[in-house]
Amino acid sequence: MTAVARTGMREGFVSCEACGLLSRPVCAEEPGECPRCGAELEFRRRDAIQRTWALIIAAAICYIPANLLPVMRATSLTGEEPDTIMSGVVILYETGTWYLALILLIASVIIPLAKLASLAYLLITVQRGSVRNNRERTRLYRILEIIGRWSMVDVFVATFVVALIQLKPLMSVAPEPGVLFFSAVVILTIIAAESFDPRLIWDSSQGKQETNE
Amino acid sequence: MAYLSTEVVACIECDLLQRIPALPPGGTACCPRCGHKLATFRPGSLERTTALAVAAAVAFLFTNVEPLMTLSVAGRQASTTIAGGAWQMWEQGEKITALLIALFAVIAPALQIGFLLTILLYVRRPPAPRWVGTLLRWVEITVAWSMVEVMMLGILVSLVKIAALARVVPGIGIFAAAGLIVLLAAMSSSFDPREAWSRVRWANGDWPRPALPSFGSDAAEAGR
Repeated sequence: MTAVARTGMREGFVSCEACGLLSRPVCAEEPGECPRCGAELEFRRRDAIQRTWALIIAAAICYIPANLLPVMRATSLTGEEPDTIMSGVVILYETGTWYLALILLIASVIIPLAKLASLAYLLITVQRGSVRNNRERTRLYRILEIIGRWSMVDVFVATFVVALIQLKPLMSVAPEPGVLFFSAVVILTIIAAESFDPRLIWDSSQGKQETNE
Repeated sequence: MAYLSTEVVACIECDLLQRIPALPPGGTACCPRCGHKLATFRPGSLERTTALAVAAAVAFLFTNVEPLMTLSVAGRQASTTIAGGAWQMWEQGEKITALLIALFAVIAPALQIGFLLTILLYVRRPPAPRWVGTLLRWVEITVAWSMVEVMMLGILVSLVKIAALARVVPGIGIFAAAGLIVLLAAMSSSFDPREAWSRVRWANGDWPRPALPSFGSDAAEAGR
């Protein structure tokens, strides 16, 4: 687009994130509430960059115990056996179901890491005022919003294995604290993605184009 | 506070002002700058969504009442439901995880279906009361946290894991859950929130009297 894009913020319009109604607030500093649905209006999600950074740092910290601590512990007549996320993947691979191992590896290891890295990339490019690949960066953000939930799969696996294998003293499985940290990673990254505002990706090119005029 | 016609929007992903053109049935309007889908015209959306939501409610009931799978080993049997899984986590001391499982697999989908059915019931005769708008806002939150499809993958992986140790038989609950996933997806994609919003009384007491200023560039029409 060669001309300066007419964005809502430039023209003094704010779009309601809840119902999509476009309105022009009397006062730009305090947009107030949406006349249609009553939700609080914001030109941009409040403190998007700081909040997203805080959440991904918290998620990165939780990611360490989530992988080091066992998620469940199997007790049978032959002894005890703790199971971490990675050892769960390895066991699935060794028992011949490599495709399930692959799904679990992607959902539990690759997606959380890719999500943290991608959000950090988006934040850094926005903070540096990058104007390149806006469309691609927006697409990356959309993908992040969709795939994040799939990391929860390992927590569900642990839940159903624990629920079914309760045959004491023969064999029983108990959950371990790793599962809590892992859920924390998933939830923190989901909230982090929601705190980020994709409109920020486009705002910097707005500034650049305006100064070029 | 001034507002424009509901046909003029700012893209929620890049903030570009544009007018949503008159769409053919099934047509989608996309933002020309970032490609975000702004609106899809779905004739009969509310009726179709009602049918799908009722079907989803039935599937939800079976998913939660019937056992997901039954395990038999050395003459002993054990079976579990979703709530049973969450309860076992609670019993074993992982209380927060238990609550999360219940929230993502039971409470969020239940609220999603319940809210949507209530909305659909009230928007049949516009203007719908203002609290319907509140429900419309809440539905989006429940969609974000309802993870039946993720749970399904978790169930399948745990079936394979357990099958290495004992004999497991999938129960009716699994098949109901598979149906529920399809129905929830169909329900979400057939629902047209713009249509629903246009039938809700405004928070400021207004009933919309749209003025139509010529403003903004037209959104690109992506066709059917």
